[in-house]
Amino acid sequence: MTGILIAIGSLTLIGLTLGTVLGAAARRFAVKEDPLEEELKAMMPGSQCGQCGYVGCAQYAGALAKGEEGSITKCAPGGKVLVEALSAKLGIAADLSALEEKVPEHAFIKEELCIGCTRCIRECSTDAILGANKLMHTIIVDACHGCSKCVPVCPTDAIVMVPYPETVVNWHWPKPERENTQPRPEVVHAH
Amino acid sequence: MKIFTVRGGIHPEYRKDITSEKGITVLPMPATLYIPLQQHIGAPAEVLVVAGDPVKKGQMIARNQGSVSASHHAPTSGRIMEITEVAAPHPSGLPQTTIILESDGKDEWGDLPEPITDPFAVDPKAIHDRVACSGIVGMGGAAFPSAIKLNLGQQKKLEILLLNGAECEPYLTCDDRVMREHADEVVDGARIMAHALGTPRVIIGIEQNKPQAIEAMTRAASTFPNVEVVAVPVQYPMGSERHLVQAITGIETPARKLTADLGIVVHNVATARAVHHAVRFGRPLVARVVTVSGGAIRDPKNLLAPIGAKIADLVEFCGGFAARPESVVNGGPMMGQPLASLDAPVVKGTSGILALTAEEINDRPASACIRCGSCITICPCGLSPVEMSAFIRKDNLETAAKLGVMDCFSCGSCSWVCPSHIPLVHYFNYAKGMLRDQESDRRKNERIKLLAEVRVIRVEKAAEAKRAALAAKSKPAAEAAPSGAAGEAKAATEEKVNA
Repeated sequence: MTGILIAIGSLTLIGLTLGTVLGAAARRFAVKEDPLEEELKAMMPGSQCGQCGYVGCAQYAGALAKGEEGSITKCAPGGKVLVEALSAKLGIAADLSALEEKVPEHAFIKEELCIGCTRCIRECSTDAILGANKLMHTIIVDACHGCSKCVPVCPTDAIVMVPYPETVVNWHWPKPERENTQPRPEVVHAH
Repeated sequence: MKIFTVRGGIHPEYRKDITSEKGITVLPMPATLYIPLQQHIGAPAEVLVVAGDPVKKGQMIARNQGSVSASHHAPTSGRIMEITEVAAPHPSGLPQTTIILESDGKDEWGDLPEPITDPFAVDPKAIHDRVACSGIVGMGGAAFPSAIKLNLGQQKKLEILLLNGAECEPYLTCDDRVMREHADEVVDGARIMAHALGTPRVIIGIEQNKPQAIEAMTRAASTFPNVEVVAVPVQYPMGSERHLVQAITGIETPARKLTADLGIVVHNVATARAVHHAVRFGRPLVARVVTVSGGAIRDPKNLLAPIGAKIADLVEFCGGFAARPESVVNGGPMMGQPLASLDAPVVKGTSGILALTAEEINDRPASACIRCGSCITICPCGLSPVEMSAFIRKDNLETAAKLGVMDCFSCGSCSWVCPSHIPLVHYFNYAKGMLRDQESDRRKNERIKLLAEVRVIRVEKAAEAKRAALAAKSKPAAEAAPSGAAGEAKAATEEKVNA
């Protein structure tokens, strides 16, 4: 009988002691995770193109979350949609005017200039370039997100960025022009 | 039959009497036809001919590709001149790839598929295949490939085939004339479609302002107990499929659902006639009836025009312009779109060409909203146009989307009723375009993210394989390891991309 009691007692004691130690350690050595950083990272295009000046998307998201980075317009592939989403999330007013001038673009290979060196293929982070050694390369437009990382590595300057063409499929009505064309009478305050 | 009331709607001046008593006239074959590859919703067709090829009437010159698409056929015999970019019958006037066909004047039919003599004895699949290879699309204006809609019977249990003969748009009389002059063909086509869909009942809905069409169709349907002709009230937009279904069944189609979810499939009357031609005679869709009307047209007519005839050819055949047209509209005056050029061709969805005078358009500068609430009363979708437009004006598209701007189908009733002439429907068209753009951007970003992740995995695996190969060099026995690892990485990549 006592044997059983000793066994139960000792096991309970060990359990309680270890539990306390673990609990204290979890508090003492807790890794601070910023949920905002994770959220921002999920919003980024994730193509690690580096156009923002950071190594990758996670680093830019981290800098934004910590408040080290004030500009939310640095991500080119994310475009206007991302800027608006970031603006809503972080409460930073976005300057969309500079962004709107830049129309979405994709890379284009001038095929007569391509020598098939595969340098651009190694550079592309979304596998949007098709080709092989000493064979002509071409861009898979659907997979290209316009980071332009392939442009400077081309030894023959065969890669250019071109805007997406406007077609009957993607065209839509523009915003109606200002409705009230008559100038409003100036309000004069009587003092 | 009990007709249920439909919310909202307007009663514009119909002006159908301009052309309603004019029989269908055949347009003399133009010397040159322009057949765009994209005349329908979905992917453009794939070209099957090259410049210089001789073609016969009815020969397939472009084949459907992808899941939603339609093929196109030569509307007459002749020679392919060129395949090039031509202005589309679209408000943007942007060019699209078009096959240019020079007529040889003989109008000779080529080899056509065998007529199906007893369509009610064959498998529905045979009807579906015939409709698909005949390039038939919805001829009411939306131009959705009909074969896909006929396939709905395979996925859902359907009760009713509702034939849309409402033709609620002012001016348009093409469906009216088709029903009056070819009632038997329309009813036969409808019965064939019902067989393909597996629907026991066929209901043909026609607005009450077309008594002759109702009479002709009732007579044609009298021998078939499962076909019923129903006169529906004159109320724009009764011709919208959701609203016609509501008038007939009393059930409102939920937002973002199809009428097929209620067991009803809606097809246009002219589409039914095209199905009749395709099944009974093997003839593909190469011509359609177009109403050419409006105050600026000298001699308005209902024309049977080959697909690809230039709109200018139709206008010229109708005596040209009697007055300066303020706008030339493709379709009806309510939902039709202004044309950027008369050089654009007639396509399968062209129901009307209207040359409207400034007086008919009655365009005035917009003034401030007086909060009369008329737009809310008449909106057939139960939306609040005044509120949505206010948010869209400030580019707050997200709130407009929450208010249901995507459920607006641009019937234009709100713009028509607005006493302040606010271009409400124009705001909604803009907002819908912007929201669709954002959605496609978002989808593209998701795909790009996946591609980038997959690449990282592959690069890591390749590096690992290289290391393994280096390590294995000392042990020649493990020679097969690198290729095996690379293959594994590739398989993992493919798996992820496919997912």
